[in-house]
Parts: sequence; C-alpha cells; structure tokens
Amino acid sequence: MTTPLILGLLAGAILSGTSLLYATLGETIAERSGIVNLGLEGILLIGASVGFSVTAASGNAWLGLFAAGMAGGLANLLFGWLVVTRKANQLASGLAMMFFGFGASALIGARYVGAVIVGLPKWRPSWLAGFRWVKATTLFNYDLLTWVAIPVAVLVWWALFRTRWGLGVRAVGESPAVAFAAGRNPAVLQYQALSCGGVLGGLAGAHLSLSLTLTWSEYMTAGRGFIVIALVIFSKWNPLRAIAAALLFGGAESLQLQMQARGSLISPFLLDMSPYILTLIILVAWGGSRRLAAPAGLGRTFYGSE
Amino acid sequence: MSSPLAAPLVEIRGVSKRYGAVQANDVVDLSLYGGEVHALLGENGAGKSTLSRILYGFTRPDSGEIFLNGKAVDVHSPREARSHRIGMVFQNFMLIPALSVLENIALFLTDLPAVLRPEAVGKRIFEFGERFGLTVNPHAPVRQLSVGDRQKVEILKLLLAEARILIFDEPTKVLAPHEVDALFRVFAALKAEGFAILFITHKLREVIRCADRITVMRQGRVVGGFGSGQADVETLVTMMFGERGEIGATRQAGATRRPAEARPILELRGASSHATGSETPLRGLELSIAAGEIVGVAGVSGSGQKELGDLILGLRSLSAGSKWFCGANASSWSIARMRESGVAFVPEDPLVMAAVGGMSVRENLSLGTGRRYRSGVRLDWSALEATMNQSFEALAFPIPPLDPPIGALSGGNLQRVVIAREMAHEPKLIVALYPTRGLDVRSAASLRHLLRRARDGGSGVLLISEDLDELAEMTDRLLVLFGGALVGAFSRGAWQPEEVGHLMTGSKEVNVA
Repeated sequence: MTTPLILGLLAGAILSGTSLLYATLGETIAERSGIVNLGLEGILLIGASVGFSVTAASGNAWLGLFAAGMAGGLANLLFGWLVVTRKANQLASGLAMMFFGFGASALIGARYVGAVIVGLPKWRPSWLAGFRWVKATTLFNYDLLTWVAIPVAVLVWWALFRTRWGLGVRAVGESPAVAFAAGRNPAVLQYQALSCGGVLGGLAGAHLSLSLTLTWSEYMTAGRGFIVIALVIFSKWNPLRAIAAALLFGGAESLQLQMQARGSLISPFLLDMSPYILTLIILVAWGGSRRLAAPAGLGRTFYGSE
Repeated sequence: MSSPLAAPLVEIRGVSKRYGAVQANDVVDLSLYGGEVHALLGENGAGKSTLSRILYGFTRPDSGEIFLNGKAVDVHSPREARSHRIGMVFQNFMLIPALSVLENIALFLTDLPAVLRPEAVGKRIFEFGERFGLTVNPHAPVRQLSVGDRQKVEILKLLLAEARILIFDEPTKVLAPHEVDALFRVFAALKAEGFAILFITHKLREVIRCADRITVMRQGRVVGGFGSGQADVETLVTMMFGERGEIGATRQAGATRRPAEARPILELRGASSHATGSETPLRGLELSIAAGEIVGVAGVSGSGQKELGDLILGLRSLSAGSKWFCGANASSWSIARMRESGVAFVPEDPLVMAAVGGMSVRENLSLGTGRRYRSGVRLDWSALEATMNQSFEALAFPIPPLDPPIGALSGGNLQRVVIAREMAHEPKLIVALYPTRGLDVRSAASLRHLLRRARDGGSGVLLISEDLDELAEMTDRLLVLFGGALVGAFSRGAWQPEEVGHLMTGSKEVNVA
C-alpha cells in the first residue's frame, strides 16, 4: 500500500471513529450504572436529525450541536423513566426506544431532506499543514468534536474512576443494594448516568449529520448504535480502551469506503458488511472473557431493599 | 454487673416487636458499655436478630426506647444509626466483589470528597489496620479475598466511618478456627480503645472465651445475664433451650460405626477438573464413599466444594482421572444418568440450586426424576404424586399443597419439598452441600437425623460443610479440601479442630494477603 492510502485510511478512521467513540462513551457510562440501552440507535438518529434540522433552520451548526445533545439527553431520560421509575424490562424498553427514535427522527428531519447546510467548522493547525503528505489528505483537518474526542474519553474515565460520583455509579451498576446501604440513591445515580450518556449519544449522532455526511436521510446511522453496544463489551466498559475500539471500527468503515472508491473487485455488499462482520468476530472472540468485566447488576431491575 | 465505665453507651429499655403471631421481642432490656464485648446468645428465632435490627434502625420497635449516652434517641434508619456511630457487620457482607478494598471502603465514607484521593483513604486503612490487626491489601479486588479478609474489610468500613458501637451478627459462622482467633484479637484491640461490641451468636464456647458479659434470649425474652467467668456451657444450654436439652442428645447419636469392607458406591481416581473465572480447579482427587457411611468434607469457602459436588453430579466434566459409580466407570455419564442411577442432591439454597421458583410444587417434584414417570410423550403425574406422597410420609414431613408456585413456600417447607423429592427413589448416594446453612437449630437437627437414617439404611453420604461441629457430630470419615486438592483424611474422632483448621487454610500460619 502507498503512503497516501494509509494516511487516507487513518484520516477516515478518525472521522468515522469520532461518533463511534462518543456513543461508546455514553453507553459505557449508562452500562456502568447497570442500565443497558439497546435503543442507542434511536438516540443516535434523534441526535442526527435534530442536529441537522436545527442547523438547517437556524444556519448555526453550533446551535444544532447543542440541540442534538439536549435531545439525546431528554430521550435517555424518557428511557430512564421507563426502566428506573417504571421498572420496565430494559431490553424491551430499549428496542421500543429504538423504533421511537426511527419514527421521531424521520418526522423531525422530514422537512430537511436534501437541505444544504454549513456543517461544523474544521481547522488544521498551521504547523501540521506544512507536511506534504498531510496536505494531501483530510488528516488533522477536524472539527471541534473530533479534536476533543480523546480528552473527553479521558474525562469520562476520570469521572468514573476518580470521583465520588463515579464510584457511586459503578457501585450501583455492580450492586444497587450495597450502594443503597451506603446511603447512595440508585435511581438518582442511574438517571444522572443515563442523561450524561444520552447527551454523548446525541452529540455522536449530530457528528454524523453535521460533519461526516452534511445531509440528513432516514436511518442514516445504519446500525452504528448496535455496533457501539458491541464496542462497549469489546472495550470492557473502559473509556480508555474505547478509544482504540472506536478507531478500529472507524478504520473498518474507512477501509470499506476506500476499497469501494478504488473500484475493488470485492462485492460492495460484502464490503458494506465488513464492520458488522468485525463486530461478530469480536463478540465471538470476546465471548468467554466477558464475565469478570461486565457490571454485575447490568440489565437487572432494582426493586429497593426490603 | 461489673463494667469498665460508669454509664452505659447504649441502653435498650422495654423494646417489643411483634410480627403477626410471633412476639419476636417481648419487653427486652439490654445495656452496652464502652470497652466491653457483650455476647447476645440464643437459638435461631430467639429474637437476637430482631433486637440488633432495631438497634441498627432497620426495624422499628412497637414500643420501648433506645438511649445513647443517657439520651433517648430515635433510630429510624441505618443512616441515622450510623450518624449515632452505630455500625453493623452483617452475615451477608455488604461488599462489591468487582471493586477494590479501597473503593468498597470509600463508598461507605460519609466525608468522601468529590474528587477521590485514594492515597488518603489508603493511609487511613493502613493506620486502622495496624492499630486493630486488620491488615488487608487496599488495592486487591474484594473477589480475591478470603472470607476472613472480607470480614476485616467490613470492620474497617465501620471504623473509618467512625462507628463506636459495633454489632456483629454471627461473625464466626463462616470463619476457619484460626480466623476466629484473629477476630477475637481484633475484639480485644477494639475493647482496649473503648469500643462497645455486641456479639450475636449461638456458639457457646466462643461466648465463654471472649465475652465480658452474656445475655441469653429465648422466645423473644431476655432469660438471663452473666458476667465473664460466671457461666458454663451446661447453664447456658439449659437457658437457651429451656428444659429440652436437645444438644446433648444428638451428640451421642452417631455411635462409632465403620462399614467393614463395604463396597464403594462412588470412587474418584485422580479426578481433576478445569476451572474458569473464580472457580477452583480440582486436582487429582482420590475419594471413595462406601455404602453405609457418611464422608465429610471440610474446607474454607472456595476450596472447591461446589466444584466437587458438580463433578460428582456430572455438571462438571473430568479433565483427568476417572469417576466410578457402583463399580461402573461413570466418568462421562450425563447428569440424567447419574441421577437415574441413584444420586440425590441436597443443596444449600434450594431456590438457587434445586427448585424453580415460578413453577408449581408438583412441577418441581418432577424435576430431575428423569424417565421414571414418562408415559409416551406425557408425564404420569398420578404415579409421581403417589411416590412423592409416600416419600413425604416416610420422612414425616407434612404434604404441602401441590399447585402454588414453590417460591411461595417458606424456606423450611421448600427445603422439605426438595429433600422429599431427592429421597423418593432410595438414593444410593446423597451429596449434601452445606445442607444446614440457613436452617434454624431444630430444622438442622432433623436434617442431620435424616442423613444419618439414610446412612443406616445403606446409602453413602457425602457431607460438604464448613461447620466443624456439624462434621464432628455426623461423619464417619473426614476429608479436608484446600485449593481443590484433598489435603487430609481422618477417621471418626481422630482429629483436632485446630489441626483441621490449619489444613483447611493450607498453612500453619495466619497468612494475610
């Protein structure tokens, strides 16, 4: 392979990895509190459509980004009301949230299909632009979300593992009864974790429509929400490992696009499948080692301590 | 009564609590002084737990008052209890296995800053550890700790949260003998610094060894109080059990008997197994159980007991060696075949290991009966019921209603259903895994009686237990399991608890990881 190809791949990996990383971080926070949100796909769609619509209507991508984060947070709070307060089954509620997201995003985005927007501004530090092979690619020409993606991952790690709040969240995810006995309120912590996760999911969706594609089309997330659920497992619920996981999958997407662009002889349908095949491979390879890493209370409903 | 301080730290006056028809506490008075170990003694159901739960704010009394330093206080919740510097070590530890010792302790600190400072907490853990003999590695995940070390973490949690009054609910139940000694040294260190300790137990020897004062409860009432050195075992037994004196009777029951050259029912030859996660691999077990004997297996928890039971039942496959059942090589038999051949299983917690809570009692009775009641594609329910009714009668158990879900039965009745099912087909081998854990004294005694009767009827019994008293009373031979290997074998009456205790823990020294 040639240097431009590799650099192009890397640039693509970082670009499509950004939204994967934000979504993985969001889902990691939620799952650390014991709640698995299968409806993440719906959250991403809502983020993408709200972000795009608000940007198209207002002409301000920052406003769109902000609205997408809020919408994601609110959607996850609704999910929280179902599974925390109403104690509904998490898997069924998650799937319902996904379809809700499909419908809601289509409704919100309907007026703006085909609209042209100015997306999030991108910039490249001038000292990096000096390199010949950097100039030829999109490498280091990023929007704010991409630039701060890794710092955000470190921040999430720090919040989960180095703060009183994070200790409470992890304790709730392991054993709500013990956390309750320690004087923490499991429901409040789960709502907090879910709203953080929702904001990050909304931003992840917005990055797709405001930076990557600059269009809105129905179901544009194409299963990324489900890939992310596998990524959370792959990264063992650790925000730092999530960086590598997101890059890997971003790379798979980017490779697939590069191959198609270069007129590869492999069927485009097969290429389209590659991220999902990678997901399957990783789930198979990771299957056995899951037990010690997963939060013990993941997916369980806490009925209080009688 | 003698006490190191003039005024009691805690005074409970006239506390009563009724649950339905049961008067759990009946006008109970109790005082606790700083610098004393106060033992609260009584059989299960005597009201000890209710009283301690009232003191810790879990349960509200119907009447009566609690005074702290002479002032009447309301303790409505554990949180309030903690603010009054009352702490409690539960039988089921309140620990999160996946988190480190430090994180578990930090979780319970009331003055934890928003941004954690692990070094600061670690330093406090170290200081308290040194002062009271509670050394543990603060960075180890709790799942790697022994039961004794987990208990230390529980105590550290209370001390770091500045508790002065410590309630211990049967703390020695799960400990090996040398760990009990270590706990009593911790008691002594705490006592010397003026802490008040309420020690709930029904083990008499321990009480006589470490308590400064003893209060005996029976049927919800305080029936006696003693200072240190005033009470002997006989007096306490009479007080705890009234005139029944059951304990003495059961001791003599298992007269020395050893089947002469009986044929082995089960044999393990060099049996090993693989393990994943937190399981213990079994390493080259040589074991033989003959008809008409009870073989006991002692060991601290996690030594491979569950894995041994699983191996015999066929839930776990052998990685090396062989398993023989009544002379046939059973190494690769399915669970169904083992059970049909006459292996019964009496588990610790029926709802987890032997019954499906949401299914009816009748359906649960049919579980594990294999092909016995098959008639075409149907199950012959009436034949099943007839056999099970006979089994209930033979065991002198009341026959429960068969239609409700088994999860609705009380713990004791549920255990009876499982036992009746397991005993229904005259098992050749009974594997009993902690069968009396969680049972009250009388139910435990009747279960032991039943196992002895099965033994006398020619069954082989494997009794896996952590309770050395139970093993001493029951077994014809005793094996010691440590780290998945058998490290000791004794015939009846030929062992000392201390020696077994050391074998159980794999060393002569108290090793602190």
